[in-house]
Amino acid sequence: MKRLSYAEAIREALMEEMRRDPRVFLLGEDIGTYGGSQKVTRGLIDEFGSERVIDSPISENAIVGMGMGAAMGGLRPVVEIMYMDFLPIAAEQILNHVAQAFFVSGGQVEVPLLIRTQYSMGRVHGPQHSQFFPSWFINIPGLWVIAPSGPRDAKGLTKAAIRCNRPVLSIECARLYHKVKEEIPEEDYEIPFGTADIKRRGRDVTIIAISRTVHEALNAASELEENHGIDVEIVDPRSLKPLDVKTILSSVKKTGRVIITSDEYRTGSVTSEMSSLICENAFKDLKSSPVRLTSPDMHVPFSESLEEAYMIGTDDIVDAAQRIMEADQI
Amino acid sequence: MAIEVLSPSAEEYLPLGLEEEKLCELLKKMLLCRRFEEKIEDLFLVEGLLYGPAHLYLGQEATGVGVIGALKEDDVILSHHRGHCHAIAKDIPLRRIMSELFGKRDGTCKGLSGSMHVAIDAGKGALYSSAIVGSNVPIGVGCAFALKHGENRLATSFFGDGAVTTGAFAEGLNMAAFLKVPLLLVCENNQYAMSFKTSRTISNSIAERALAYGIQTYSVDGNDVLAVYKATRCASDYIKDKKLPAFIEARSYRLKGHGVYDPAEYKPKGEAEEWNEKDPITLYKNRMLNEGIILNSFINELEEQVKAGIEDSIDYAQKSQVLSFEELCNLMGGR
Repeated sequence: MKRLSYAEAIREALMEEMRRDPRVFLLGEDIGTYGGSQKVTRGLIDEFGSERVIDSPISENAIVGMGMGAAMGGLRPVVEIMYMDFLPIAAEQILNHVAQAFFVSGGQVEVPLLIRTQYSMGRVHGPQHSQFFPSWFINIPGLWVIAPSGPRDAKGLTKAAIRCNRPVLSIECARLYHKVKEEIPEEDYEIPFGTADIKRRGRDVTIIAISRTVHEALNAASELEENHGIDVEIVDPRSLKPLDVKTILSSVKKTGRVIITSDEYRTGSVTSEMSSLICENAFKDLKSSPVRLTSPDMHVPFSESLEEAYMIGTDDIVDAAQRIMEADQI
Repeated sequence: MAIEVLSPSAEEYLPLGLEEEKLCELLKKMLLCRRFEEKIEDLFLVEGLLYGPAHLYLGQEATGVGVIGALKEDDVILSHHRGHCHAIAKDIPLRRIMSELFGKRDGTCKGLSGSMHVAIDAGKGALYSSAIVGSNVPIGVGCAFALKHGENRLATSFFGDGAVTTGAFAEGLNMAAFLKVPLLLVCENNQYAMSFKTSRTISNSIAERALAYGIQTYSVDGNDVLAVYKATRCASDYIKDKKLPAFIEARSYRLKGHGVYDPAEYKPKGEAEEWNEKDPITLYKNRMLNEGIILNSFINELEEQVKAGIEDSIDYAQKSQVLSFEELCNLMGGR
């Protein structure tokens, strides 16, 4: 085992896949000598050269469109969109072409493309460099969406995404890049899509947490156990599409109580979809209505204390768990 | 770098590698496109057998046939919503094209996508067709990038004058020049972006825009199949020699409305009639007749052949089945 940060783990996944498969190449803004805006691709240009680690002009539509064409042409592109906030510039390519090509062509054309991006909430980057809106993309048929919360998952999912024949959107979390470290297996491994990970086992409340909020949930779990005698189970879906409905439901059926948390605007978020799935499939097992903890339907403020107040924190989860334990049977 | 305006004379046929057989093939393909689309219009408007959007290429045949005729068989093309002619020129079987228009399982896309995606046949190098104006410019950059290190092949993105005002076009041209990819960009300027005259939305010329990205640019009469052929040969030689992209603006005219349903009442009176005088097929046919390359009887034979092929494709398409919904779901495997 070795200890790597979230950013290092992704870099290692890219590096190993580029060594393994000459068809893999990277394209994105400032990913070469500069090493990427968050230094995820640092050093890769030295090993693989500027033909495989390609610095791109600021052209998000063309970055993804080029990736799509190269993937159709037999390569394995990994394209990077620097901030998720910039992803809508390429959304047309993703919605209509990347995700649809297999369908449109009647199954003739595969698009083995990995689109990497990150959200920067919690880094005082202001309203246009902080947003996390995966629900836009899980709504698209033909596209898989992953949002790893830790180094081990990030590496395994990134590898799986590069190796699979479908297009995948990986939404990383910049706040985790250099803060979170974890033991990683030495040997090659993949984490299959559609497998949730139970980050902590418990019996009283299920917390489904996505990306950064997994860490808030883990902190909350310790406090809840120590100070309130509440034993929570934390489920990290890791891949938002396909979603491991089975693991989510079996946890919720066991505890009968569920909190769903994510750094998203509230309306029409991934948490809405999950809450709906749970109500549809485990209604009779619920002891209380599902509780969603999200950002408000308001933009992300810059000022440090305002952003802190805006974001889901450990305390919010602790409070919600106490409330849900006291709630009446529905 | 300057825009090269190309208009070959008769003496250039042979140096272009255009032997009699090839000259006749160009005529046959143009005629097939013409009669095919006339029939499509009829199947929509008179017989009521076809439905949905279909965008006709009538009047522009020299462009698609000239470009694809000059490309190598294994060169890749990316088509768009007005793609019947690309499919025919790329030798996709007529039966499969017609079946797609009928929404049947034997269609190029198994009937899932219709007229706007009919020119997708991966085995023929017709890799993709975009129904979103401009999007296949960046996609073409990627296809060309994938071909960059292989044998000397190129990718061709077709798009209309309407695409020139999109962001995808601007980003795509810049990216093509920056990445130095073997991409041929073909602007089929038919003068109309749906109902709006492109000359009203573009302040300079399309060729000037391409040139502004530092891309080798050819400007050509899109109604002259030999001029288009020559421009494509020059452009593809340039691409393969210099390992850089090239751009062709082929100026033509859309004789009909935007789609088969559009009577094009917005066109100025007499405009279409004026362009009828410059009909690419009539011009080429007369030139071949005048120069004694073909006889009238040959044209009659061609017409018969073309008609029979089209009738056969309709017959085939009508007999073909629609994919069952279950088959569709299985094919997609949860995608």
